[in-house]
Amino acid sequence: MEVLLEADVRRRAEPAPTGLVAADESGARRALRGQLARLESQIADTVCAAFPEVLDLPALPARRQARILDLGELEEVRDRLAGQLGEARRRLANVARRQEEARVRLERMLMDPAGNRGERISQRELGEPGCGVWRVAPRMGIIGRMMGWWQVKLSSGCPLAT
Amino acid sequence: MNPGKTGAGWVDPALEAEFPGLALMTRGCPGPVAADPGVTERLDAVASRVRGRTAVEMRRETVPAAYRAFYRQVGLEPDVEMTPVEAAIGRRLFDGGVKARGPLQSALELAVLETSAPVYALEAGALEGSPGIRPAAAEEEVAGAEGFPERSPGRLVVADEAGPLCWLFGEAHGRGAASVSSPALMLVTVGVPGVSPMVLDEALDIASGALGV
Repeated sequence: MEVLLEADVRRRAEPAPTGLVAADESGARRALRGQLARLESQIADTVCAAFPEVLDLPALPARRQARILDLGELEEVRDRLAGQLGEARRRLANVARRQEEARVRLERMLMDPAGNRGERISQRELGEPGCGVWRVAPRMGIIGRMMGWWQVKLSSGCPLAT
Repeated sequence: MNPGKTGAGWVDPALEAEFPGLALMTRGCPGPVAADPGVTERLDAVASRVRGRTAVEMRRETVPAAYRAFYRQVGLEPDVEMTPVEAAIGRRLFDGGVKARGPLQSALELAVLETSAPVYALEAGALEGSPGIRPAAAEEEVAGAEGFPERSPGRLVVADEAGPLCWLFGEAHGRGAASVSSPALMLVTVGVPGVSPMVLDEALDIASGALGV
C-alpha cells in the first residue's frame, strides 16, 4: 500500500511535459480571448440600450501597446471588463428607473394638468430622441391662466442649426 | 510591386496561432498622389450620414466590434486608444465634418469610414520584401510621431525584411513613411479575427480608387 502511495506521489510530482502545458495555456488563452469578446459585446449592447443617455463608463487602465498577453494579463483584463459590465448594467438600471419615473410624471400631467402646473419633462428624460419638452401651460394664454384652463403641450423640438 | 493587385502580407506563426484570422493585405499604387475633388465630395457624403447614434451603435456592428474585441485581446483600451474607424468617426463628430488632410489622408479616411477597416500607406520604394505583422524584438526601434525612435520589445509591429516600419495600427514616421510625393505607394490593411477578407479587399479598392488607380 505504502509503495503504491509513494508511486502516486512521485507521479504527481513529476512535471507535465512542456508541450502539454503550452497547449493547455494556449487553449486557456483562447478561451479567455473568447470571454473578452463576449464581454465587450455585452458592454456594447448595454451602452446602446441606454442611448440617448450616455453611460460614461470609466476607461480601464491599459498599456497603450498592442502585444500578446499572457494568461495572467488576460485574466486581469477579463476581470476588469466583467466589473465594467456590472457597472454598465447598474447605470442602465438607474437610467431605466429615472425614465420610468418621468413617464409616470407625464401620465400625471396628462391626467391632471391643473394639478401639475409648472411641470416640465424633456424627451430626453423619457429616453426619447429629440429635444422636445412636455410642459403644462395655460390654454389661451392669460385668459386660461385666470380661468384655470390648463393643458399639456409638447414644444416643437430642437432649434434649427444656424 | 504590382499596381492594382491585392497581395497577402505575412503574419508571424506564433502570432497567427494566437489570433487565427489576423491578416495583412497589401496593394500597390502608383504615385505621386494628385488631389481629387470627387474624394472630398464622397467624404462629405459619408460625413453627412454620421450622427451621435452612429458612433454609439457602431460598436455593435460586426467589423467595428471585431476591432474593439481585438484591441481588448492585445491589451489596448478602445475607449482611450480608439480603433481606426472610431477615431475617424470621432474626428467627424468633433470637427463637424471631415476635414481635408491632404489627398492621401482623405483616401485612407474614406476607406476606413466606408468599411471600418483601416488602410495605411507606405512608401513602396523604401520596403524590402513584403510587409507583415510580428512582435518587435528586444533591440528594435520604431520611429514615433515626433521622429524619436521608441523601443518596446514584444509590441506588435508592421515590419518588412529590413525591420519594423510602424507600430500595429499606427502610421509609419520613419522608413516607409508615405507622402503625396512618393513615387510609388503600398497600401496596407490589417484584418483581425472576425473580419472577412472581402472587407479588407473592399477597403483597399476604395483607397486605391480614391487615389486614382
